[in-house]
Amino acid sequence: MANHIHPVASLLAAVARGVSGVQAQWAGCEPDERQRIYFANHTSHLDFIVLWSALPSEIRARTRPIAAKDYWEQTPLRRYLANNVFHAVFLERTSPSKPRQPDEPHLPGRHVIDEMVEALGAENSLILFPEGTRGSGDKVGAFRSGIYHLALRRPDVELVPAYLENLNRILPKGEVLPVPMLSLLTFGKPIQVEPDEDRDAFLERARDAVVSLRRIGSA
Amino acid sequence: MSEFFHDAKFDWLFGGILFLLLLLTLIGGALRRHYRGEDSRAAIGEFNARVRAWWKMAGIFAAAVITAPIGSLIIFGMVSFLAMREYMTLVPTRRGDHRTLFWSFFVIMPLQYYLIGMQDYILFAIMIPVLACIYIPPSIAIAGDTEQFLERASKIQFGIMVCVYSLSHAPALLMLKIPGFEGRDARLLLYLVIVDQMSGILQFVWDKLIGKHKIAWRVSPNKTWEGFFLGILSGTAVGTALWWATPFTPLQSAGFSLMICVLGFNGNLVMSAVKRDIGIKDFGIVIERHGGILDRIDSLCFAAPIFFHLVRYYFQR
Repeated sequence: MANHIHPVASLLAAVARGVSGVQAQWAGCEPDERQRIYFANHTSHLDFIVLWSALPSEIRARTRPIAAKDYWEQTPLRRYLANNVFHAVFLERTSPSKPRQPDEPHLPGRHVIDEMVEALGAENSLILFPEGTRGSGDKVGAFRSGIYHLALRRPDVELVPAYLENLNRILPKGEVLPVPMLSLLTFGKPIQVEPDEDRDAFLERARDAVVSLRRIGSA
Repeated sequence: MSEFFHDAKFDWLFGGILFLLLLLTLIGGALRRHYRGEDSRAAIGEFNARVRAWWKMAGIFAAAVITAPIGSLIIFGMVSFLAMREYMTLVPTRRGDHRTLFWSFFVIMPLQYYLIGMQDYILFAIMIPVLACIYIPPSIAIAGDTEQFLERASKIQFGIMVCVYSLSHAPALLMLKIPGFEGRDARLLLYLVIVDQMSGILQFVWDKLIGKHKIAWRVSPNKTWEGFFLGILSGTAVGTALWWATPFTPLQSAGFSLMICVLGFNGNLVMSAVKRDIGIKDFGIVIERHGGILDRIDSLCFAAPIFFHLVRYYFQR
């Protein structure tokens, strides 16, 4: 895996920082070069780039986004950005068109977890949006189970919750032009799967860990 | 172009500010070293934060005057932008407001400063209160979300009025044509800012020293009648003493500074009420590094338009 930052990526990160005026706060842990999975709420196309740009550059060089294959392989530009610029890890979404019902069991294909484990390798970190799709920003949706299986396979990797605030107001789903507002990014305390914790309990707790980092109420 | 190089009175005024800031910085440092009590620490911290903000304001101000007229419009435009960004970040808006907000930031705000630059008095005076305020409600309604519709429309109108329309009257002072005062308009702007900011800090100091009777403790727990009267009195005295830098007689200068002090108090009180309403103490608290601009210019936003219109009405031919 390439351990350098593509110049286009640096440029886009600088633009994202400017547009979002992001105020990153490490509330539950410090920036660290160890392997981590950052997982956050998802409301805007800016989410990944803002979170990524808030990491110190030596960490950023080894942190890869998880991208939905159906979306990011659609056009040559998206493919170029995901592949060459950000070294994204492509995953098949099981049903991209309809979000999962809360009580519907969701079992990711084994190969999806294999791919994420492989992407982590010996030194990479990942950025993951466990809701699987962008929400309205009013509330954080239910988490898909990939993060749970990934955590079981790689218990040595820290799971760091993060909350991205106001990005849904800067560039909401379905809009092209951003409105300049300040956004907040808060990193929380790392969590892990407890010994006798089942999947749904862990996913609920992971979701709560993200929601609890909210700093101002956005309507 | 620049008053710095051919206006001795302007240099005296600006030099006086720098001298005062240096003095206040030294006093603030001494206070911090001498008083260690919990209560006085907070007050001294706020005092020092204000002094630091003034250094920045003095720097921005010098840049605005040196680059006048275009540079000053750009710089005040940036201040409007940052203030409105702060305001809109903290005031709840909904998804349906997105395009209206985009227009507010990228069309209405630049247009306002452009009109000042064009010295188109009528258009600059009516563009936001008439055109923009009539445009905003339908442009929100067309997005189809009726939830809290009236609140959302009013919040955006209020934000634009305070952060853009009102503040833009400060650089508009540079465009006035007062007989016998040509090329000296920067002094008027400086006068407005000095009186406004001095009044604020003097009220704060009097509140702390002898304040007893609260004015509206629900809105702003620190404001007292003693601070109000003495602050406005001493602020007016400072303004009166600066008559030599203005086209006013000492009596007129007293009247204008009294007006600036009272309006500045109103601005401060109103923005405190807004902050209480959205549940924060300072605009700068949630958003540490970028924040706090609106906390510093709230009084100026209320004083600038009325000062501008009165001076224009009575002094410009």
